[in-house]
Amino acid sequence: MDISFSLDTDNTLVVRLGGDWNIEHGPPSAEELQKKIASTPHLEKVEFDGRELGEWDSSLLAFLIKLKNFCAQRSIILTCECFPKGVERLLHLASAVPEKEDAHKKGGRAPFLLRVGEATLETVKSTGEMLAFIGEAFLALLKLLGGKARFRRCDLTLLIQECGAQALPIISLVSVLVGLILAFVGAVQLRLFGAQIYVADLVGIGMAREMGGMMTAIVMAGRTGAAFAAQLGTMEVNEEIDALKTLGISPMEFLVLPRMLALVLMLPLLCLYADLMGILGGGIIGVGMLNISPAEYLNETVSALNLTQFAGGLIKAGVFGVLVALSGCFRGMQCGRSAAAVGEAATSSVVTAIVAIIVSDALLTVLYDIIGI
Amino acid sequence: MENHANQATAHIEVRDLTMAYDSFVIQRDISFTVKRADIFVIMGGSGCGKSTLLRGLVGLKEPAKGQVLYDGVSLWDCEPTAKQAIMRRFGVLYQGGALWSSMTLAENVGLPLVEYSNLNPAQITELVSLKLSLVGLAGFEEFYPSEISGGMRKRAGLARAMALDPDILFFDEPSAGLDPLSARRLDELILELRDSLGTTVVVVSHELASIFAIANNSVFLDGETRTMIAVGNPNKLLAESNDPKIRSFLTRGEA
Repeated sequence: MDISFSLDTDNTLVVRLGGDWNIEHGPPSAEELQKKIASTPHLEKVEFDGRELGEWDSSLLAFLIKLKNFCAQRSIILTCECFPKGVERLLHLASAVPEKEDAHKKGGRAPFLLRVGEATLETVKSTGEMLAFIGEAFLALLKLLGGKARFRRCDLTLLIQECGAQALPIISLVSVLVGLILAFVGAVQLRLFGAQIYVADLVGIGMAREMGGMMTAIVMAGRTGAAFAAQLGTMEVNEEIDALKTLGISPMEFLVLPRMLALVLMLPLLCLYADLMGILGGGIIGVGMLNISPAEYLNETVSALNLTQFAGGLIKAGVFGVLVALSGCFRGMQCGRSAAAVGEAATSSVVTAIVAIIVSDALLTVLYDIIGI
Repeated sequence: MENHANQATAHIEVRDLTMAYDSFVIQRDISFTVKRADIFVIMGGSGCGKSTLLRGLVGLKEPAKGQVLYDGVSLWDCEPTAKQAIMRRFGVLYQGGALWSSMTLAENVGLPLVEYSNLNPAQITELVSLKLSLVGLAGFEEFYPSEISGGMRKRAGLARAMALDPDILFFDEPSAGLDPLSARRLDELILELRDSLGTTVVVVSHELASIFAIANNSVFLDGETRTMIAVGNPNKLLAESNDPKIRSFLTRGEA
């Protein structure tokens, strides 16, 4: 990649290019040459001489095009002499279709107020969409109660299996560990008062009222909610949802309703299972570390718990089920038409579901306190 | 009387249709008529709004302005139940087939029948086999869409579109992604369906060979001016039109 240039008598700059030009070494800097062109007064013509050129590829073309544009801005004529035919043809091809003026995206940051305004409008729009979705889901549910909803029963069975039985291993692991942790944290404090036995109460009530439902819901948001969003998103990308709509089948009934039903039915059951697993985890600590006998631990747990506490937890789990299913399906149905959009839909479904779970849990806890359960 | 006769033959009528995404206009002031048993092609270069126009015709995207009439009934201005009734007479073949991936081919083709007919399962199975064999997929009933090739998926999509013996079949780029032979077979199948069942066919396409082989009427959309610039039989347009855009499109830029 050799460049040498000399000024001719009749206001012409002759640039000789030699050696091999390839992309691996990158194109040489055109700065020096540009400076020379800019600083020469009365320059009329730049003549490129390619006689000594060796091998070449698109790095040479990029270099020449850059200088061509530079010269064109200054109304200097640029000619290429003795270049390989291929170079001349490709240069011609590159300039055959003029650059489309309005094709460039508008660069730069929009003014602050404009961005705030756009963000606000976007929020209003997406809130509206979410409300419309919830409304439609509710209408579909009413149709189901009236026995008019149309979906395939075998889809529902499969979904129930998917978000019920198949979730048991992970729910077992998480719940046992949560029970273990609760017992551990409680034991350290309660031992100070010699009241280790109350670890059983702590774990029992904690799991039944709060942790069982919440942990199950969060696991299901990550496991099933995201899967729903990805499934529906991919269906949107493949025009499968359009195909349903043109057949006059409501995607809300056909796709969303069975998913919602499956989760609403299965989450309370999983929650109950998680409660028991959590109590088992607490028992392991109680019996193993605090020297409480299994019978004593069980007895204490039974006396601490009543049906109301379980019911409170189960109702919460049902609500979480609706929320996880709604956010998964909503994000999936809202999905754009690209692979990246499917990923975003899955992510945002998990985020939406977790926020909704925590907020609704807080509200329900306050409500329970007010009505005294 | 003449008006009535006109209505009887005009199966689909598009009046001053404007399709837009928010404020971004894709196509404006589109008007054309598709007669019963016509094969009507919507053509134009890539990105000129053909598929968007199709979405407006099949009831997936509401137009910003204008009307789409089926036998004189406006698709976008009628009651939801009437709209559903009109849409039930459509069959749509999407670009990639758009088969429901969690169902077998038999379930895909059978679903419209399950939803909209009172046939028993054995009758449905028979009809499904018939439709699949019409598109050359006999024996593939138990396959899932992911287990067959792109061309086969497209044919299965056609079998599903034909499930309810629709009055109107819409095709979104039927030959895209098919080898020349399969594309030609699909063209022949489209002609056969029209001739034997009297189906009205609307095809979005930019495949010249296919356009000349099947179309007896067409509309040409222009991406630059964002509107239609010609309506007519493509062979006639090629012979008579002086518009350089149409000429260069129909001759692949050779004239």
